[in-house]
Amino acid sequence: MLCQECQKRPATVMVRRTVNNKTTRVHLCEYCAREKGELNFMDSFAGPEFSLHKLFASLLDSDAEVKQLKLDPTAGLLKCPQCGLTYNEFKGSGRLGCASCYKTYRQQLEPLLGRLHGRIEHCGKVPQRAGRSLRLKQELGELKEALNRAVEREEFEKAAVLRDKIRDMEKTIDV
Amino acid sequence: MSWEEILQRPSSRWTLGEGPQREVVISSRVRLARNIAEHTFPNRAGEGELERICAKVEAAVGRLSRAKEFHFLPLAKLTPIDRQVLVEKHLTSPAHIAEPRQRAVVLREDEGVSLLVNEEDHLRIQTLFPGLQLEEAYGLAGKVDDDLEGELTYAFDETYGYLTCCPTNTGTGLRASIMVHLPGLVMLNRANKIFSTLSQLGLVTRGLYGEGTEALGYMFQISNQITLGRTEGELIGNLQTIIVQVIEQELQARRQLYQEMGDRLVDKVFRAYGILSNARLLTSKEAINLILTLRLGLNLNLLPELEYGVLGELLVLCQPGFLQKVAGEKQSTQERDAKRAALIRERLREVRA
Ligand SMILES: [Zn+2]
Ligand SMILES: [Zn+2]
Repeated sequence: MLCQECQKRPATVMVRRTVNNKTTRVHLCEYCAREKGELNFMDSFAGPEFSLHKLFASLLDSDAEVKQLKLDPTAGLLKCPQCGLTYNEFKGSGRLGCASCYKTYRQQLEPLLGRLHGRIEHCGKVPQRAGRSLRLKQELGELKEALNRAVEREEFEKAAVLRDKIRDMEKTIDV
Repeated sequence: MSWEEILQRPSSRWTLGEGPQREVVISSRVRLARNIAEHTFPNRAGEGELERICAKVEAAVGRLSRAKEFHFLPLAKLTPIDRQVLVEKHLTSPAHIAEPRQRAVVLREDEGVSLLVNEEDHLRIQTLFPGLQLEEAYGLAGKVDDDLEGELTYAFDETYGYLTCCPTNTGTGLRASIMVHLPGLVMLNRANKIFSTLSQLGLVTRGLYGEGTEALGYMFQISNQITLGRTEGELIGNLQTIIVQVIEQELQARRQLYQEMGDRLVDKVFRAYGILSNARLLTSKEAINLILTLRLGLNLNLLPELEYGVLGELLVLCQPGFLQKVAGEKQSTQERDAKRAALIRERLREVRA
């Protein structure tokens, strides 16, 4: 079967067209299908980098930014003390330069992370080493809860043991 | 096995082996982005610092289980063709080989695990499985991550999780993706609608090998966009659930296509087989399209003598870098097209024999 559009190339694509609630089937070659915009779905699916840049532009040049700069006119002068990344460099590339950048640009990052991910708090895997203090803090929280329960139930011996444990633990981490 | 032998063979773990849902899903990949604490990210690090990161990762590789099967390859010591082959075999990214100095790839012999050192982040842990095996791919990546942590301290924040160079990866640093072949949905003009639904569900779709509007052979990569605020299990589970539905839709589209097109579809498959078995000159673009047409024919039980493994091999074999690697670099485009056609003919003859 030949392409119903050009009548030259073999038809390889079947296209459904709905006009006035009537669906018709058209057989086209790939070339004509593309020309007719029937195969242009790739255009709308650029990679995450692309959408990120658009997002930055819309977010950082928005009213929100203007307001933020009015509240804190020094934001435009921010520079990461660790790696030297400036606000403009961050804005231009959308990339951070080091872990400290997350502290330096916290105010700018949080709305961005919110727009990208919907949420801004990590709840996934915690690494053994770097997450050690987080793990200890979680444990400490649990111990303190246990202590409160023990005191409420007037289990004083148990409470004393827990209190010692908490004291020891607090020495090992600087809270 | 030497790393050169690895680069010279067209088959690898993701091309061989019958993974689940192989008729639609070509491979499943997981990448974990990690940075090492106290070091500037690669984009702002000096040469000395980048060197030190390479050395730290190299030392940590010794901690991995099956450590002897890993090869540490400094990119600057490879030829441009070797680097190109690493990309074509999906073992690293084009961005990674753009600046080879102080960059490295760590490769497991079966190509199921690779580490990208000093790409956008200090470390990207990648696992690659054939077919739909997202949970397996994450399981292995997580294990490698745990083993490396015995030696490395990661940049991690209690609120934001793993800290990455780009805010799109912050949190879990997890990017799971599957490579799918969707000829049915594309030919019935349904792919567009499905992709926009996927994007509403937080997934990104990209055409593979394609530049601009060209979706070569109807092959796509679908991956999660969100990395923060969900557990790894939720991210993998969400992708898995949605992919299963895409597979169902694609298989249904193929059945319909077969009914509607009948002999025209069968003809398309056998013409592709005829060309691949006989052509004397093949560009990589034409070859990929034809190989993927055979893939569809395999699913329609039209080609009993062929296997998915062979077609996976052919897909690697017809890539320009790989071809130069096996055939020598000083060749004209036409000589290369001739070599490509010859290698494919030979492989298909072997299969028929
Ligand atoms: Zn036409
Ligand atoms: Zn910084």
